[in-house]
Amino acid sequence: MTSTLLEARQIHCERDDRPLFSGLDFRVGSGELWRIAGPNGVGKTTLLRILAGLNPAFEGELLWQGEPVHRVRTQYQANLLFLGHNAGVSSSLTAYENLAGWQAMRTPAVPEQVMVALADAGLSGYEDLPAAQLSAGQQRRVALARLYLSSAPLWILDEAFTAVDREAVAQLEALLANRVRAGGAVILTTHHRLALEGVQVLTLGEGYDAV
Amino acid sequence: MRSEPRVPVRLQEQESGWPRAAVETVRREWLIAFRNRQDLMNPLVFFVLIVSLFPLGVSPEPEFLRQAGPGIVWVAALLSILLSLNLLFRNDYADGHLEQWVLSPQPLALLALARVAAVWVTTVLPLVLLVPVLAVMLHLSPGTGLVLVLTLLVGTPVLVLVGAIGAALTVSLRGSGVLLVLIMTPFYVPVLIFGTGAVTAAVEGASITGHLALLGAMLSLAVVLAPLAIAGALRISVSNG
Repeated sequence: MTSTLLEARQIHCERDDRPLFSGLDFRVGSGELWRIAGPNGVGKTTLLRILAGLNPAFEGELLWQGEPVHRVRTQYQANLLFLGHNAGVSSSLTAYENLAGWQAMRTPAVPEQVMVALADAGLSGYEDLPAAQLSAGQQRRVALARLYLSSAPLWILDEAFTAVDREAVAQLEALLANRVRAGGAVILTTHHRLALEGVQVLTLGEGYDAV
Repeated sequence: MRSEPRVPVRLQEQESGWPRAAVETVRREWLIAFRNRQDLMNPLVFFVLIVSLFPLGVSPEPEFLRQAGPGIVWVAALLSILLSLNLLFRNDYADGHLEQWVLSPQPLALLALARVAAVWVTTVLPLVLLVPVLAVMLHLSPGTGLVLVLTLLVGTPVLVLVGAIGAALTVSLRGSGVLLVLIMTPFYVPVLIFGTGAVTAAVEGASITGHLALLGAMLSLAVVLAPLAIAGALRISVSNG
């Protein structure tokens, strides 16, 4: 099954009077994995933030299932999981409180599920430690544990694999592959070499070798 | 890390879980406030210090304090709210929680209202509860003290609601403290005038209902409109990130 979830039409964006990208056209359907590639400063994060509906400063159209995103915002956000550079893990809350709180903003949080998700993310034994006492990689894992709780068809991951170890990256890639096979769609940026097949690459910036 | 997804892919239809999300917003605010309780002491100490330094610096005469006392308390409350508001969204912006909050599939204005209410309870309510003690120190009569508490209970939520708009607008700017104070002070003046006006009227034995009604009107207006403005301002600030 492939149905178009998110469609971008003629996206054009400028920063400081300098065009970042223009005329971007693409459709992200269920079961597709997209990677936004390009050198530093080319606007990958800006594009992802536009797609997530965080940055309205662009020209063009963004459609969620054929409807403009700004008109179906709540519905769009209910079906979207966005992980940015700063993933919103509060240092004064414990790993459990961070994840359960995130979940409760979307669907009722079930304590057992939250514990299982933390264990899945390799954080068993660290559930009740304040995030301030966790390492950078572990804090990242608290944010990544959301992936195990999310039923959202569209995941937008901006450099989501930073700070986690190589083994975890491989497992996360497998998770993304399984997710895509189950009908989810993923858009990501990463400087890791993706060991996945069937990745659609959107390259920003001219003459950049996306491999 | 596990490679198998736990939850199936499911397209969500419109889901209205906003009461749960609002409760969660309040719970999180209080939990963080409780974990950093020393931060809550700052505005409180600041408030008590201003009020208790005035008699020392100007005049300890009971007659002067009776006249100036309500004004001193109001100005001190206003200043300590203004100073603590600068931090309202600061940490959440820095760690990215604000982004996730804006992206949660809930009416942002309602969440903002819940958040501001929670902040009022943790930072302003203790301050109002201290006022009876300070009123004794300032030689105010029990009746005047009561009116003072009443005006603060109606007036300070307006200050927090309006201030939160400014805090939301300036959160993405560096060194925005002075800017926030400059933007917000003009909006605080009417609340200050009618708040102290009510107490002065009570001291002179006049009716305070007019002043209170105006304060109440400002509060109603702020409760309805400020959350929308806060939500809009937060979206703008997050888009700069």
